[in-house]
Amino acid sequence: MKKTKQTIAFWIIRLMSLSILGVLVWILAFILVRGIGAVSWEFLTSMPDDGMTGGGILPAIVGTICLSVGSMIFAFPIGVLSGIYLNEYAGNGKIIRFIRMMTNNLSAIPSIVFGLFGMALFVNGLGFGDSILAGSLTLGILVLPVVIRTTEEALKQVDDSYRHGSLALGASKLQTIFKVVLPMAMPNVLTGLILSLGRVSGETAPILFTVAAYFLPKLPTSIFDQVMALPYHLYVLSTSGTDIEASRSMAFGTAFVLVMIVLILNLIANALRRYFSKKTKMN
Amino acid sequence: MAMKCGTNKIWQKIVEGCIKLSGSISSLIVVLIIVFLFKEGLGLFSNSTVESGYVVAVQENNPVSHLNAEQLRLIFDGEITRWEDVKQKSGKTFSGEIVVAHDIDQAMEQEDKTQLIAFVPKEYLNEIGNMRAVDCGNINLSDFFAGKMWMPTAQPAPQFGVLPIILGTLWVSLAAIIIALPFALSAAVYLSEIANKRLYKFLKPAIELLSGIPSVVYGFFGLVVIVPIIQKTFGLDVGETALSGAIILAIMALPTIITIAEDAMRATPDSLREASLALGANRWQTIYKVVIPHAKSGITAGVVLGIGRAIGETMAVLMVCGNAAVMPHTLLEPIRTIPASIAAELGEAPNGGAHYQALFMLACILFIITLLINLIVDYIQHKGTIKQKSK
Repeated sequence: MKKTKQTIAFWIIRLMSLSILGVLVWILAFILVRGIGAVSWEFLTSMPDDGMTGGGILPAIVGTICLSVGSMIFAFPIGVLSGIYLNEYAGNGKIIRFIRMMTNNLSAIPSIVFGLFGMALFVNGLGFGDSILAGSLTLGILVLPVVIRTTEEALKQVDDSYRHGSLALGASKLQTIFKVVLPMAMPNVLTGLILSLGRVSGETAPILFTVAAYFLPKLPTSIFDQVMALPYHLYVLSTSGTDIEASRSMAFGTAFVLVMIVLILNLIANALRRYFSKKTKMN
Repeated sequence: MAMKCGTNKIWQKIVEGCIKLSGSISSLIVVLIIVFLFKEGLGLFSNSTVESGYVVAVQENNPVSHLNAEQLRLIFDGEITRWEDVKQKSGKTFSGEIVVAHDIDQAMEQEDKTQLIAFVPKEYLNEIGNMRAVDCGNINLSDFFAGKMWMPTAQPAPQFGVLPIILGTLWVSLAAIIIALPFALSAAVYLSEIANKRLYKFLKPAIELLSGIPSVVYGFFGLVVIVPIIQKTFGLDVGETALSGAIILAIMALPTIITIAEDAMRATPDSLREASLALGANRWQTIYKVVIPHAKSGITAGVVLGIGRAIGETMAVLMVCGNAAVMPHTLLEPIRTIPASIAAELGEAPNGGAHYQALFMLACILFIITLLINLIVDYIQHKGTIKQKSK
């Protein structure tokens, strides 16, 4: 009796867990299968056309790349330095607890609030207008907590004996950090960077009011230009295009590209993680 | 040599300064966000109820002196048609049928102005003759938090009642968590207690991937797949309902709940498990009598965080919930959430106007909700660790 109960319970649990996997496969398969037909070399490299029912998504791809790289230029150095501070310099006092709490809070703020903040500060306050600069800064703030946390975790994994060894050889604290600790933690930091790139390239809400253009069939020439972006383009195509039915296949193609970017970045991050963890084990 | 040493030292000091400065950046940003949101948001309450530059005018001998936003809406929508029904604090009322003029032309056309109420630009007030402006006051807190109408572009008095939007947000988020919970708990139990290593290595990245899919892709999936299914199953006119939103949000909240609940279950000491097994309990009994009670605070934290994610989610909800700002009654009606309202309307709201400020005020509410959720999670987890230590 006890045994049957356990068997039944385990099967229910197994089925429900597998159904989650099923949902993931369903979503991915649906988008990849329906999307692949819409994607061609021409789709990836030409401008949108015919009221967004024809042509390609080149400006959206370029826009998303600009925004991802731009946000990382801002978030990566500051995030890494901040992570170094939290793990190497700060002790266990009240200030550090406060900073941790704030970082936690920052990562819990909904993305639309970042959009509003970016609009109030960068677009209107500092007068950047709807531009790559404003959008990148907004997205940079959004991923900052992610970068900080991954850096901190990566630094934590470096064994203290390396720090002590370096200090004992007469290196200063800063030299120890930049010559010993950071290089050892770099693989994990980079993995975090790649994952946050994936996150940034899919965010829509923060760019709605800071950079995203509805329809702009040209490539940006400066950081003060507006750009199209893949996630916003998908939103526009599926809800407010001139002819939603006609642009459906474009929407599937855009979703395909977006999902592929996330998938590939995830795979790279996972592969890197595995590769480096093997390497450190061998040492 | 000494020179070099000196510059080196200065250089080091500079870099260390940068590191310390960066350490405080996240706190600085949170403070900036608070300042900007509340500065814009609180501006709403210094706006007058009536659109700026305009007045609502009545005849000189009309005793009506105060009208609030709701009364204005009822009068100008023709739902109150007699002056007797317009309640005044002073107790004085007027009688007769109300004649409404929506603009200056209609006001000028009226021969008999005794029963007239007109919505006109301020500078034309004197030209109509024998008219005076009614005091409509400023938008106040009770209009905002207890109002049941969200009509930010209504004339003469835009209605900023956020009650339907707040309720819609809570409604769809709670429904999402109720749908997600059994699946999330099963998956957490499976990952931490049952799955063998190979399956674990397969399932864990899958769940991470689930959290990596952009929300706009979930929205698209919901729009193309879930919405038609809901529409057909329940025979509705539109499939964009709270239920469709809740299903998508449930999928999106899964990774958050699973990860935290799994960590909590994993943290159960093996000694407890072994003790339970040694007493003759089987694995299932051990799970639900020992592991789950031990991980209770972690599971709760996961659920609360999941609710937080669902409340803050923007794009998916915007695309599948139908966005009707009405009080929710069932799950099969369109509803609208706080983030969706901001995303849908900010583009059309004139910069710095009352509508713009009302949307910032909504963002303030959202911010406070997420802050509260974070504090609750901190508290739960803190309590959990203290309990464990005292054991």
